[in-house]
Amino acid sequence: MAGAKSELRLKTSGLARIGRVFRHSDAARGYLLISPAMAVLLFALAAPLALLVLYSFWSENGLVLDTHPTLSQYAAIASREGYRSLFLRSVAISSLVTLVTVALAYPMAYFVAFRAGGAKFVWLLLLTIPFWTSYLLRVFAWKVILGYDGVINSALIGLGLISRPLEFLLYNPTAVVVTLAHAYAAFAILPIYVSLEKIDRSLLEAAADLGDGPLRRFFRVTLPLSLPGVLGAAVLIFVPTTGDYVTPTLVGGSDGVMIANIIQVQFGRVNNWPLGAALAIGSMAAVAVIAVSFIQAARLAVARIR
Amino acid sequence: MLRSPAASPSRRFAPQDQGGWASRNTRHDGGGGLAIYAILYLAFLYVPVLLLPLFSFNDSAFITFPLTGFTTKWYAAMAGDEEMRAALANTLKVGAAASLISTILGLLTAKVLARGIRGGAFFAGFASLPLFIPDIVLGIALLMLVTSLDIPLSLESVVVGHVAICLPFAIAVLLSRFEGFDLSLEEASRDLGENGWMTFWWVTFPLVLPGIVASLLLTFIVSFDDFLIAFFLCGTDTTLPVYIWGELRFPYKLPNVLALGATILIASSALIALAEWVRRQGVSGSPRDHGIGI
Repeated sequence: MAGAKSELRLKTSGLARIGRVFRHSDAARGYLLISPAMAVLLFALAAPLALLVLYSFWSENGLVLDTHPTLSQYAAIASREGYRSLFLRSVAISSLVTLVTVALAYPMAYFVAFRAGGAKFVWLLLLTIPFWTSYLLRVFAWKVILGYDGVINSALIGLGLISRPLEFLLYNPTAVVVTLAHAYAAFAILPIYVSLEKIDRSLLEAAADLGDGPLRRFFRVTLPLSLPGVLGAAVLIFVPTTGDYVTPTLVGGSDGVMIANIIQVQFGRVNNWPLGAALAIGSMAAVAVIAVSFIQAARLAVARIR
Repeated sequence: MLRSPAASPSRRFAPQDQGGWASRNTRHDGGGGLAIYAILYLAFLYVPVLLLPLFSFNDSAFITFPLTGFTTKWYAAMAGDEEMRAALANTLKVGAAASLISTILGLLTAKVLARGIRGGAFFAGFASLPLFIPDIVLGIALLMLVTSLDIPLSLESVVVGHVAICLPFAIAVLLSRFEGFDLSLEEASRDLGENGWMTFWWVTFPLVLPGIVASLLLTFIVSFDDFLIAFFLCGTDTTLPVYIWGELRFPYKLPNVLALGATILIASSALIALAEWVRRQGVSGSPRDHGIGI
Protein backbone atom coordinates (compact mmCIF):
# COMPACT_ATOMS: atom_id res chain seq x y z
CA MET A 1 0.00 0.00 0.00
CA ALA A 2 2.68 2.40 1.07
CA GLY A 3 4.84 1.20 -1.80
CA ALA A 4 2.08 1.92 -4.30
CA LYS A 5 1.62 5.36 -2.81
CA SER A 6 5.27 6.25 -3.04
CA GLU A 7 5.32 4.89 -6.59
CA LEU A 8 2.39 7.12 -7.43
CA ARG A 9 4.16 10.08 -5.89
CA LEU A 10 7.25 9.26 -7.92
CA LYS A 11 5.17 9.10 -11.07
CA THR A 12 3.40 12.37 -10.45
CA SER A 13 6.62 14.11 -9.57
CA GLY A 14 8.08 12.71 -12.79
CA LEU A 15 5.13 14.10 -14.73
CA ALA A 16 5.46 17.39 -12.92
CA ARG A 17 9.10 17.49 -13.89
CA ILE A 18 8.27 16.91 -17.55
CA GLY A 19 5.60 19.56 -17.25
CA ARG A 20 8.15 21.96 -15.77
CA VAL A 21 10.57 21.25 -18.59
CA PHE A 22 7.88 22.10 -21.12
CA ARG A 23 6.83 25.20 -19.28
CA HIS A 24 10.33 26.47 -18.86
CA SER A 25 11.99 25.39 -22.08
CA ASP A 26 10.86 27.31 -25.12
CA ALA A 27 12.59 24.78 -27.35
CA ALA A 28 10.72 21.82 -25.90
CA ARG A 29 7.44 23.66 -26.22
CA GLY A 30 8.37 24.54 -29.79
CA TYR A 31 8.93 20.91 -30.72
CA LEU A 32 5.65 20.01 -29.05
CA LEU A 33 3.80 22.63 -31.11
CA ILE A 34 5.20 21.57 -34.48
CA SER A 35 4.89 17.85 -33.79
CA PRO A 36 1.28 17.53 -35.06
CA ALA A 37 2.21 19.03 -38.44
CA MET A 38 5.32 16.89 -38.67
CA ALA A 39 3.33 13.78 -37.73
CA VAL A 40 0.83 14.53 -40.51
CA LEU A 41 3.66 15.06 -42.98
CA LEU A 42 5.30 11.80 -41.91
CA PHE A 43 2.05 9.97 -42.51
CA ALA A 44 0.85 11.79 -45.64
CA LEU A 45 4.18 12.49 -47.32
CA ALA A 46 7.17 10.53 -46.00
CA ALA A 47 5.40 7.20 -45.53
CA PRO A 48 3.75 7.20 -48.98
CA LEU A 49 7.02 8.15 -50.66
CA ALA A 50 8.89 5.42 -48.78
CA LEU A 51 6.23 2.95 -49.88
CA LEU A 52 6.62 4.19 -53.46
CA VAL A 53 10.32 3.36 -53.30
CA LEU A 54 9.53 -0.09 -51.87
CA TYR A 55 6.98 -0.79 -54.61
CA SER A 56 9.53 0.08 -57.28
CA PHE A 57 11.62 -2.89 -56.07
CA TRP A 58 8.68 -5.30 -56.15
CA SER A 59 7.02 -6.93 -59.11
CA GLU A 60 3.58 -7.86 -60.36
CA ASN A 61 2.96 -11.55 -61.05
CA GLY A 62 -0.33 -11.69 -62.85
CA LEU A 63 -2.67 -10.21 -60.28
CA VAL A 64 -0.50 -10.96 -57.25
CA LEU A 65 2.07 -8.59 -55.86
CA ASP A 66 5.48 -10.28 -55.49
CA THR A 67 7.38 -8.55 -52.68
CA HIS A 68 10.75 -10.17 -53.31
CA PRO A 69 13.15 -7.28 -53.93
CA THR A 70 14.15 -7.05 -57.55
CA LEU A 71 15.59 -4.50 -59.93
CA SER A 72 13.52 -5.82 -62.80
CA GLN A 73 11.34 -2.68 -63.06
CA TYR A 74 14.35 -0.41 -63.43
CA ALA A 75 15.91 -2.89 -65.86
CA ALA A 76 12.70 -2.86 -67.90
CA ILE A 77 12.74 0.96 -68.01
CA ALA A 78 16.41 1.12 -68.98
CA SER A 79 16.03 -1.44 -71.74
CA ARG A 80 12.92 -0.01 -73.36
CA GLU A 81 13.70 2.63 -75.95
CA GLY A 82 10.14 3.95 -75.66
CA TYR A 83 10.51 4.99 -72.02
CA ARG A 84 13.80 6.74 -72.66
CA SER A 85 12.50 8.78 -75.59
CA LEU A 86 9.34 9.60 -73.64
CA PHE A 87 11.41 10.83 -70.72
CA LEU A 88 13.69 12.86 -72.99
CA ARG A 89 10.66 14.40 -74.63
CA SER A 90 9.19 15.34 -71.24
CA VAL A 91 12.45 17.01 -70.26
CA ALA A 92 12.68 18.80 -73.61
CA ILE A 93 9.11 20.09 -73.36
CA SER A 94 9.62 21.21 -69.75
CA SER A 95 12.90 22.94 -70.61
CA LEU A 96 11.19 24.83 -73.40
CA VAL A 97 8.29 25.72 -71.09
CA THR A 98 10.75 26.98 -68.48
CA LEU A 99 12.64 29.10 -71.01
CA VAL A 100 9.51 30.60 -72.56
CA THR A 101 7.78 31.26 -69.24
CA VAL A 102 10.79 32.93 -67.63
CA ALA A 103 11.58 35.02 -70.73
CA LEU A 104 7.98 36.25 -70.97
CA ALA A 105 7.69 36.86 -67.24
CA TYR A 106 10.92 38.82 -66.73
CA PRO A 107 9.80 42.10 -68.34
CA MET A 108 6.48 41.78 -66.54
CA ALA A 109 8.18 41.34 -63.15
CA TYR A 110 10.54 44.20 -64.00
CA PHE A 111 7.59 46.44 -64.75
CA VAL A 112 5.93 45.67 -61.41
CA ALA A 113 9.16 46.10 -59.45
CA PHE A 114 10.32 49.36 -61.05
CA ARG A 115 7.44 50.98 -62.89
CA ALA A 116 4.15 50.12 -61.26
CA GLY A 117 4.55 52.68 -58.49
CA GLY A 118 1.62 52.80 -56.11
CA ALA A 119 -0.33 50.25 -58.16
CA LYS A 120 2.07 47.42 -57.23
CA PHE A 121 -0.43 45.62 -55.06
CA VAL A 122 -3.11 45.70 -57.75
CA TRP A 123 -0.68 44.36 -60.35
CA LEU A 124 0.51 41.56 -58.08
CA LEU A 125 -3.06 40.60 -57.30
CA LEU A 126 -4.03 40.62 -60.99
CA LEU A 127 -1.02 38.48 -61.86
CA THR A 128 -1.66 35.91 -59.15
CA ILE A 129 -5.43 35.46 -59.42
CA PRO A 130 -5.20 33.21 -62.51
CA PHE A 131 -2.65 31.08 -60.68
CA TRP A 132 -5.17 30.31 -57.97
CA THR A 133 -8.13 29.61 -60.25
CA SER A 134 -8.79 26.09 -61.42
CA TYR A 135 -5.82 24.64 -63.28
CA LEU A 136 -8.03 22.07 -64.96
CA LEU A 137 -10.29 24.80 -66.35
CA ARG A 138 -7.38 26.90 -67.63
CA VAL A 139 -6.03 23.92 -69.56
CA PHE A 140 -9.51 23.20 -70.81
CA ALA A 141 -9.75 26.81 -72.01
CA TRP A 142 -6.70 26.27 -74.23
CA LYS A 143 -8.21 23.11 -75.66
CA VAL A 144 -11.27 25.17 -76.57
CA ILE A 145 -9.12 27.93 -78.08
CA LEU A 146 -6.77 25.77 -80.14
CA GLY A 147 -9.22 23.07 -81.21
CA TYR A 148 -10.22 22.11 -84.76
CA ASP A 149 -13.62 23.76 -84.22
CA GLY A 150 -12.04 26.07 -81.73
CA VAL A 151 -12.02 29.76 -81.03
CA ILE A 152 -8.98 30.67 -83.17
CA ASN A 153 -10.05 28.59 -86.16
CA SER A 154 -13.65 29.78 -86.13
CA ALA A 155 -12.54 33.40 -85.69
CA LEU A 156 -10.06 33.21 -88.57
CA ILE A 157 -12.63 31.55 -90.81
CA GLY A 158 -15.22 34.12 -89.80
CA LEU A 159 -12.81 36.90 -90.75
CA GLY A 160 -12.21 35.19 -94.09
CA LEU A 161 -8.49 34.78 -93.46
CA ILE A 162 -8.49 31.01 -93.88
CA SER A 163 -10.95 28.69 -95.58
CA ARG A 164 -10.22 25.47 -93.70
CA PRO A 165 -9.42 25.04 -89.99
CA LEU A 166 -5.75 24.94 -89.11
CA GLU A 167 -4.95 21.50 -87.76
CA PHE A 168 -1.52 22.20 -86.35
CA LEU A 169 -2.81 24.22 -83.40
CA LEU A 170 -3.90 21.43 -81.07
CA TYR A 171 -2.56 17.99 -80.10
CA ASN A 172 1.16 18.58 -80.38
CA PRO A 173 4.09 19.56 -78.14
CA THR A 174 3.72 23.26 -79.06
CA ALA A 175 0.21 23.30 -77.65
CA VAL A 176 1.60 21.76 -74.46
CA VAL A 177 4.30 24.45 -74.23
CA VAL A 178 1.84 27.32 -74.75
CA THR A 179 -0.63 25.94 -72.23
CA LEU A 180 2.01 25.28 -69.58
CA ALA A 181 3.66 28.68 -70.13
CA HIS A 182 0.27 30.20 -69.42
CA ALA A 183 -0.45 27.96 -66.43
CA TYR A 184 2.91 28.53 -64.70
CA ALA A 185 3.21 32.29 -65.30
CA ALA A 186 2.87 33.19 -61.62
CA PHE A 187 5.63 30.76 -60.66
CA ALA A 188 8.00 32.84 -62.79
CA ILE A 189 6.73 36.34 -62.05
CA LEU A 190 6.71 36.17 -58.25
CA PRO A 191 10.29 34.93 -57.58
CA ILE A 192 11.75 37.25 -60.24
CA TYR A 193 9.76 40.16 -58.87
CA VAL A 194 10.94 39.48 -55.32
CA SER A 195 14.60 39.40 -56.37
CA LEU A 196 14.22 42.60 -58.43
CA GLU A 197 12.49 44.30 -55.53
CA LYS A 198 15.41 43.44 -53.23
CA ILE A 199 17.94 45.23 -55.44
CA ASP A 200 19.38 48.24 -53.64
CA ARG A 201 18.30 51.20 -55.74
CA SER A 202 21.50 53.10 -54.92
CA LEU A 203 23.49 50.50 -56.87
CA LEU A 204 21.53 51.41 -59.98
CA GLU A 205 22.06 55.07 -59.28
CA ALA A 206 25.77 54.47 -58.83
CA ALA A 207 25.97 52.64 -62.17
CA ALA A 208 24.18 55.53 -63.86
CA ASP A 209 26.41 58.11 -62.18
CA LEU A 210 29.48 56.19 -63.30
CA GLY A 211 28.30 56.56 -66.87
CA ASP A 212 26.57 53.27 -67.65
CA GLY A 213 23.75 53.60 -70.16
CA PRO A 214 20.43 51.93 -69.30
CA LEU A 215 21.24 48.81 -71.33
CA ARG A 216 24.73 48.39 -69.90
CA ARG A 217 23.42 49.05 -66.42
CA PHE A 218 20.74 46.42 -66.89
CA PHE A 219 23.17 43.72 -67.98
CA ARG A 220 25.89 44.60 -65.47
CA VAL A 221 23.78 45.33 -62.39
CA THR A 222 20.08 44.49 -62.59
CA LEU A 223 20.23 41.15 -64.40
CA PRO A 224 23.04 39.57 -62.34
CA LEU A 225 21.41 40.68 -59.09
CA SER A 226 18.07 39.22 -60.13
CA LEU A 227 19.52 35.86 -61.17
CA PRO A 228 18.58 34.12 -57.88
CA GLY A 229 14.95 34.88 -58.69
CA VAL A 230 15.36 33.68 -62.25
CA LEU A 231 16.95 30.42 -61.11
CA GLY A 232 14.29 29.92 -58.46
CA ALA A 233 11.59 30.47 -61.05
CA ALA A 234 13.26 28.03 -63.45
CA VAL A 235 13.33 25.27 -60.84
CA LEU A 236 9.78 26.01 -59.68
CA ILE A 237 8.59 25.59 -63.26
CA PHE A 238 10.85 22.82 -64.53
CA VAL A 239 10.32 20.36 -61.67
CA PRO A 240 6.51 20.20 -61.61
CA THR A 241 5.97 20.54 -65.38
CA THR A 242 7.99 17.40 -66.16
CA GLY A 243 5.43 15.53 -64.08
CA ASP A 244 2.38 17.28 -65.47
CA TYR A 245 -0.53 15.04 -66.38
CA VAL A 246 -3.52 17.20 -67.25
CA THR A 247 -1.98 19.33 -70.00
CA PRO A 248 -0.40 16.59 -72.14
CA THR A 249 -3.58 14.56 -71.78
CA LEU A 250 -5.93 17.34 -72.85
CA VAL A 251 -3.92 19.22 -75.49
CA GLY A 252 -0.85 17.06 -76.22
CA GLY A 253 -2.26 14.42 -78.55
CA SER A 254 -0.10 11.39 -79.31
CA ASP A 255 3.03 13.45 -79.99
CA GLY A 256 2.64 15.39 -76.77
CA VAL A 257 2.48 12.40 -74.40
CA MET A 258 4.66 12.92 -71.35
CA ILE A 259 6.02 10.78 -68.56
CA ALA A 260 3.03 11.33 -66.25
CA ASN A 261 0.68 9.81 -68.83
CA ILE A 262 2.64 6.58 -68.89
CA ILE A 263 2.78 6.53 -65.09
CA GLN A 264 -0.99 6.95 -64.86
CA VAL A 265 -1.53 4.08 -67.32
CA GLN A 266 0.28 1.72 -64.91
CA PHE A 267 -2.35 2.55 -62.30
CA GLY A 268 -5.24 2.30 -64.73
CA ARG A 269 -5.43 0.05 -67.75
CA VAL A 270 -2.09 -1.77 -67.45
CA ASN A 271 -2.36 -2.19 -63.67
CA ASN A 272 1.35 -2.65 -63.00
CA TRP A 273 1.96 -0.60 -59.87
CA PRO A 274 5.61 -1.57 -59.35
CA LEU A 275 6.48 -0.41 -62.86
CA GLY A 276 4.54 2.82 -62.29
CA ALA A 277 6.41 3.36 -59.03
CA ALA A 278 9.77 2.76 -60.70
CA LEU A 279 8.87 5.18 -63.50
CA ALA A 280 7.90 7.82 -60.92
CA ILE A 281 11.04 7.34 -58.82
CA GLY A 282 13.32 7.17 -61.85
CA SER A 283 11.96 10.31 -63.44
CA MET A 284 11.88 12.27 -60.17
CA ALA A 285 15.50 11.33 -59.49
CA ALA A 286 16.54 12.30 -63.01
CA VAL A 287 14.67 15.61 -62.77
CA ALA A 288 16.31 16.35 -59.42
CA VAL A 289 19.76 15.65 -60.90
CA ILE A 290 19.05 17.90 -63.87
CA ALA A 291 17.72 20.70 -61.66
CA VAL A 292 20.67 20.56 -59.25
CA SER A 293 23.30 20.48 -62.01
CA PHE A 294 21.50 23.35 -63.74
CA ILE A 295 21.70 25.45 -60.57
CA GLN A 296 25.38 24.58 -60.07
CA ALA A 297 26.22 25.45 -63.67
CA ALA A 298 24.36 28.73 -63.39
CA ARG A 299 26.16 29.59 -60.14
CA LEU A 300 29.53 28.89 -61.75
CA ALA A 301 28.61 31.03 -64.73
CA VAL A 302 27.57 33.90 -62.46
CA ALA A 303 30.76 33.59 -60.42
CA ARG A 304 32.79 33.81 -63.62
CA ILE A 305 30.96 36.96 -64.77
CA ARG A 306 31.73 38.60 -61.46
CA MET B 1 9.63 46.12 -78.78
CA LEU B 2 10.28 46.77 -75.13
CA ARG B 3 12.19 49.94 -75.77
CA SER B 4 10.16 52.80 -77.01
CA PRO B 5 11.50 56.30 -77.41
CA ALA B 6 8.16 57.76 -76.37
CA ALA B 7 8.88 59.94 -73.39
CA SER B 8 5.66 61.52 -72.30
CA PRO B 9 3.48 58.48 -71.57
CA SER B 10 6.24 56.81 -69.60
CA ARG B 11 6.20 59.61 -67.05
CA ARG B 12 2.89 58.43 -65.78
CA PHE B 13 4.24 55.02 -64.88
CA ALA B 14 7.32 56.29 -63.17
CA PRO B 15 7.13 55.88 -59.43
CA GLN B 16 7.72 59.24 -57.83
CA ASP B 17 8.84 57.98 -54.47
CA GLN B 18 12.13 56.36 -55.36
CA GLY B 19 14.56 59.13 -54.78
CA GLY B 20 14.02 60.60 -58.19
CA TRP B 21 16.10 57.85 -59.74
CA ALA B 22 13.33 56.25 -61.72
CA SER B 23 11.81 59.46 -63.01
CA ARG B 24 15.17 60.82 -64.11
CA ASN B 25 15.87 57.76 -66.17
CA THR B 26 12.56 56.60 -67.55
CA ARG B 27 13.22 58.48 -70.74
CA HIS B 28 16.02 56.08 -71.60
CA ASP B 29 14.31 53.03 -70.23
CA GLY B 30 11.26 52.92 -72.46
CA GLY B 31 8.79 52.82 -69.56
CA GLY B 32 5.93 53.28 -72.01
CA GLY B 33 6.93 50.22 -74.02
CA LEU B 34 7.19 48.24 -70.84
CA ALA B 35 3.72 49.34 -69.76
CA ILE B 36 2.31 48.20 -73.10
CA TYR B 37 4.08 44.87 -72.67
CA ALA B 38 2.60 44.53 -69.19
CA ILE B 39 -0.89 45.09 -70.52
CA LEU B 40 -0.38 42.58 -73.35
CA TYR B 41 0.92 40.08 -70.82
CA LEU B 42 -2.15 40.61 -68.67
CA ALA B 43 -4.29 39.97 -71.75
CA PHE B 44 -2.37 36.73 -72.40
CA LEU B 45 -3.17 35.66 -68.84
CA TYR B 46 -6.82 36.64 -68.82
CA VAL B 47 -8.30 36.34 -72.32
CA PRO B 48 -8.12 32.52 -72.48
CA VAL B 49 -9.75 32.24 -69.08
CA LEU B 50 -12.44 34.82 -69.83
CA LEU B 51 -13.55 32.89 -72.89
CA LEU B 52 -15.22 30.37 -70.59
CA PRO B 53 -17.73 32.87 -69.14
CA LEU B 54 -18.22 34.39 -72.59
CA PHE B 55 -19.18 31.13 -74.28
CA SER B 56 -21.15 29.94 -71.27
CA PHE B 57 -23.82 32.51 -72.27
CA ASN B 58 -23.68 31.58 -75.95
CA ASP B 59 -26.74 29.90 -77.45
CA SER B 60 -24.87 27.09 -79.23
CA ALA B 61 -23.56 23.69 -78.25
CA PHE B 62 -20.35 24.44 -80.14
CA ILE B 63 -17.66 26.70 -78.79
CA THR B 64 -17.03 28.68 -81.96
CA PHE B 65 -17.25 32.25 -83.24
CA PRO B 66 -19.42 34.00 -84.22
CA LEU B 67 -21.57 34.05 -81.08
CA THR B 68 -25.11 32.99 -81.91
CA GLY B 69 -27.19 34.51 -79.13
CA PHE B 70 -27.59 35.02 -75.42
CA THR B 71 -28.87 32.24 -73.21
CA THR B 72 -28.78 31.12 -69.61
CA LYS B 73 -29.98 27.61 -70.39
CA TRP B 74 -26.56 26.04 -69.69
CA TYR B 75 -26.69 27.46 -66.19
CA ALA B 76 -30.19 26.08 -65.73
CA ALA B 77 -29.00 22.67 -66.97
CA MET B 78 -26.05 22.85 -64.60
CA ALA B 79 -28.23 23.71 -61.62
CA GLY B 80 -30.49 20.73 -62.35
CA ASP B 81 -27.61 18.24 -62.59
CA GLU B 82 -27.86 15.92 -59.56
CA GLU B 83 -24.45 14.34 -60.11
CA MET B 84 -22.84 17.75 -60.28
CA ARG B 85 -24.49 18.87 -57.08
CA ALA B 86 -23.31 15.73 -55.27
CA ALA B 87 -19.76 16.35 -56.53
CA LEU B 88 -19.97 19.97 -55.40
CA ALA B 89 -21.11 18.91 -51.93
CA ASN B 90 -18.20 16.44 -51.71
CA THR B 91 -15.72 19.10 -52.78
CA LEU B 92 -17.03 21.57 -50.21
CA LYS B 93 -16.77 18.98 -47.44
CA VAL B 94 -13.23 18.02 -48.39
CA GLY B 95 -12.21 21.67 -48.79
CA ALA B 96 -13.63 22.66 -45.41
CA ALA B 97 -11.87 19.79 -43.62
CA ALA B 98 -8.55 20.20 -45.44
CA SER B 99 -8.43 23.98 -44.97
CA LEU B 100 -9.35 23.80 -41.28
CA ILE B 101 -6.82 21.06 -40.48
CA SER B 102 -3.97 22.54 -42.53
CA THR B 103 -4.57 26.02 -41.10
CA ILE B 104 -4.50 24.77 -37.48
CA LEU B 105 -1.33 22.76 -38.15
CA GLY B 106 0.15 25.68 -40.08
CA LEU B 107 -0.65 28.08 -37.24
CA LEU B 108 1.24 26.00 -34.68
CA THR B 109 4.16 25.43 -37.05
CA ALA B 110 4.45 29.02 -38.23
CA LYS B 111 4.41 30.31 -34.64
CA VAL B 112 7.37 28.10 -33.79
CA LEU B 113 9.27 28.72 -37.03
CA ALA B 114 8.87 32.50 -36.74
CA ARG B 115 10.39 32.41 -33.24
CA GLY B 116 13.29 30.34 -34.50
CA ILE B 117 14.07 26.85 -33.29
CA ARG B 118 16.97 24.45 -33.64
CA GLY B 119 16.39 22.57 -36.88
CA GLY B 120 13.84 25.13 -38.05
CA ALA B 121 15.26 25.20 -41.57
CA PHE B 122 14.91 21.44 -41.80
CA PHE B 123 11.28 21.50 -40.64
CA ALA B 124 10.45 24.37 -42.99
CA GLY B 125 12.07 22.50 -45.88
CA PHE B 126 10.23 19.30 -45.03
CA ALA B 127 6.91 21.15 -44.86
CA SER B 128 7.46 22.79 -48.27
CA LEU B 129 8.39 19.48 -49.93
CA PRO B 130 4.88 18.90 -51.32
CA LEU B 131 5.43 21.94 -53.58
CA PHE B 132 8.26 20.14 -55.35
CA ILE B 133 6.69 16.74 -55.75
CA PRO B 134 4.50 16.35 -58.82
CA ASP B 135 0.88 15.78 -57.83
CA ILE B 136 0.80 12.57 -59.80
CA VAL B 137 3.62 11.12 -57.71
CA LEU B 138 1.98 12.16 -54.45
CA GLY B 139 -1.33 10.80 -55.75
CA ILE B 140 -0.02 7.33 -56.60
CA ALA B 141 2.11 7.16 -53.44
CA LEU B 142 -0.91 7.94 -51.26
CA LEU B 143 -2.96 5.44 -53.23
CA MET B 144 -0.37 2.77 -52.37
CA LEU B 145 -0.40 3.72 -48.69
CA VAL B 146 -4.19 3.72 -48.44
CA THR B 147 -4.55 0.36 -50.19
CA SER B 148 -1.74 -1.26 -48.16
CA LEU B 149 -3.48 -0.19 -44.97
CA ASP B 150 -6.76 -1.61 -46.35
CA ILE B 151 -8.48 1.74 -45.94
CA PRO B 152 -11.28 2.10 -48.49
CA LEU B 153 -10.84 4.98 -50.95
CA SER B 154 -13.06 7.79 -49.78
CA LEU B 155 -13.32 11.50 -49.20
CA GLU B 156 -11.33 11.00 -45.98
CA SER B 157 -8.33 9.72 -47.93
CA VAL B 158 -8.63 12.75 -50.23
CA VAL B 159 -8.56 15.02 -47.15
CA VAL B 160 -5.28 13.44 -45.99
CA GLY B 161 -3.67 14.15 -49.36
CA HIS B 162 -5.07 17.66 -49.45
CA VAL B 163 -3.75 18.51 -46.00
CA ALA B 164 -0.27 17.60 -47.30
CA ILE B 165 -0.53 19.88 -50.35
CA CYS B 166 -2.24 22.70 -48.41
CA LEU B 167 0.22 22.81 -45.53
CA PRO B 168 3.04 24.67 -47.38
CA PHE B 169 0.58 27.43 -48.32
CA ALA B 170 -0.86 27.70 -44.81
CA ILE B 171 2.62 27.93 -43.28
CA ALA B 172 3.82 30.52 -45.81
CA VAL B 173 0.81 32.80 -45.29
CA LEU B 174 0.89 32.52 -41.49
CA LEU B 175 4.67 32.83 -41.30
CA SER B 176 4.55 36.17 -43.09
CA ARG B 177 1.97 37.26 -40.51
CA PHE B 178 4.05 36.10 -37.53
CA GLU B 179 7.20 37.72 -38.89
CA GLY B 180 5.67 41.16 -38.61
CA PHE B 181 4.57 40.30 -35.11
CA ASP B 182 5.92 42.24 -32.14
CA LEU B 183 7.01 39.64 -29.59
CA SER B 184 7.07 42.20 -26.80
CA LEU B 185 3.26 42.19 -26.87
CA GLU B 186 3.21 38.53 -25.80
CA GLU B 187 5.89 39.24 -23.21
CA ALA B 188 3.89 42.14 -21.83
CA SER B 189 0.85 39.92 -21.49
CA ARG B 190 2.88 37.29 -19.65
CA ASP B 191 4.44 39.89 -17.39
CA LEU B 192 0.98 41.11 -16.53
CA GLY B 193 0.19 37.64 -15.28
CA GLU B 194 -1.71 35.95 -18.11
CA ASN B 195 -0.85 32.32 -18.66
CA GLY B 196 0.14 30.83 -22.02
CA TRP B 197 -3.37 30.01 -23.25
CA MET B 198 -4.84 33.34 -22.21
CA THR B 199 -1.96 35.16 -23.89
CA PHE B 200 -2.55 33.18 -27.04
CA TRP B 201 -6.31 33.81 -26.96
CA TRP B 202 -6.25 37.54 -26.09
CA VAL B 203 -3.03 38.71 -27.75
CA THR B 204 -1.63 36.35 -30.37
CA PHE B 205 -4.86 35.16 -31.91
CA PRO B 206 -6.41 38.60 -32.66
CA LEU B 207 -3.13 39.81 -34.16
CA VAL B 208 -2.73 36.85 -36.52
CA LEU B 209 -6.46 36.54 -37.26
CA PRO B 210 -6.15 38.10 -40.75
CA GLY B 211 -3.47 35.52 -41.55
CA ILE B 212 -5.71 32.74 -40.29
CA VAL B 213 -8.63 33.88 -42.45
CA ALA B 214 -6.36 34.26 -45.50
CA SER B 215 -4.88 30.82 -44.88
CA LEU B 216 -8.34 29.26 -44.58
CA LEU B 217 -9.43 30.81 -47.87
CA LEU B 218 -6.26 29.98 -49.81
CA THR B 219 -6.00 26.39 -48.61
CA PHE B 220 -9.68 25.93 -49.36
CA ILE B 221 -8.99 27.05 -52.94
CA VAL B 222 -5.99 24.71 -53.23
CA SER B 223 -8.14 21.80 -52.09
CA PHE B 224 -11.11 22.89 -54.21
CA ASP B 225 -8.95 23.02 -57.36
CA ASP B 226 -7.04 19.81 -56.90
CA PHE B 227 -7.76 17.23 -59.55
CA LEU B 228 -4.96 14.64 -59.55
CA ILE B 229 -4.86 13.65 -55.89
CA ALA B 230 -8.63 13.36 -55.75
CA PHE B 231 -8.54 11.45 -59.07
CA PHE B 232 -6.45 8.70 -57.46
CA LEU B 233 -7.95 8.75 -53.97
CA CYS B 234 -11.65 9.59 -54.15
CA GLY B 235 -12.92 6.16 -55.19
CA THR B 236 -16.60 6.50 -56.09
CA ASP B 237 -17.15 9.80 -54.24
CA THR B 238 -16.20 12.16 -57.04
CA THR B 239 -15.14 15.69 -56.28
CA LEU B 240 -15.98 18.52 -58.66
CA PRO B 241 -12.71 18.54 -60.67
CA VAL B 242 -12.92 14.76 -61.07
CA TYR B 243 -16.51 15.15 -62.23
CA ILE B 244 -15.47 17.85 -64.73
CA TRP B 245 -12.68 15.61 -65.99
CA GLY B 246 -15.23 12.90 -66.70
CA GLU B 247 -17.54 15.33 -68.50
CA LEU B 248 -14.76 16.58 -70.80
CA ARG B 249 -14.94 13.29 -72.68
CA PHE B 250 -18.42 14.06 -73.98
CA PRO B 251 -18.50 16.93 -76.49
CA TYR B 252 -22.25 17.47 -76.05
CA LYS B 253 -21.71 18.18 -72.37
CA LEU B 254 -19.15 20.94 -72.97
CA PRO B 255 -21.59 23.86 -72.56
CA ASN B 256 -22.54 22.58 -69.09
CA VAL B 257 -18.86 22.41 -68.19
CA LEU B 258 -18.47 25.97 -69.48
CA ALA B 259 -21.23 27.24 -67.21
CA LEU B 260 -19.81 25.35 -64.26
CA GLY B 261 -16.28 26.52 -65.09
CA ALA B 262 -17.34 30.15 -65.37
CA THR B 263 -19.07 29.95 -61.99
CA ILE B 264 -16.02 28.38 -60.36
CA LEU B 265 -13.63 30.92 -61.91
CA ILE B 266 -15.62 33.90 -60.72
CA ALA B 267 -16.23 32.49 -57.25
CA SER B 268 -12.60 31.53 -56.70
CA SER B 269 -11.29 34.86 -58.04
CA ALA B 270 -13.52 36.65 -55.56
CA LEU B 271 -12.29 34.42 -52.72
CA ILE B 272 -8.64 35.06 -53.64
CA ALA B 273 -9.08 38.81 -53.84
CA LEU B 274 -10.81 38.65 -50.45
CA ALA B 275 -8.04 36.49 -48.96
CA GLU B 276 -5.33 38.84 -50.17
CA TRP B 277 -7.21 41.88 -48.90
CA VAL B 278 -7.71 40.28 -45.48
CA ARG B 279 -4.09 39.14 -45.33
CA ARG B 280 -2.93 42.70 -45.81
CA GLN B 281 -5.13 44.11 -43.07
CA GLY B 282 -3.02 45.66 -40.38
CA VAL B 283 0.25 44.97 -42.14
CA SER B 284 1.98 48.32 -42.18
CA GLY B 285 2.68 48.80 -45.90
CA SER B 286 6.19 47.41 -45.74
CA PRO B 287 7.71 47.41 -49.22
CA ARG B 288 9.23 43.98 -48.60
CA ASP B 289 5.91 42.32 -47.94
CA HIS B 290 4.71 41.05 -51.28
CA GLY B 291 3.58 37.92 -52.95
CA ILE B 292 0.86 35.47 -52.20
CA GLY B 293 2.03 32.41 -50.42
CA ILE B 294 5.10 31.80 -52.57
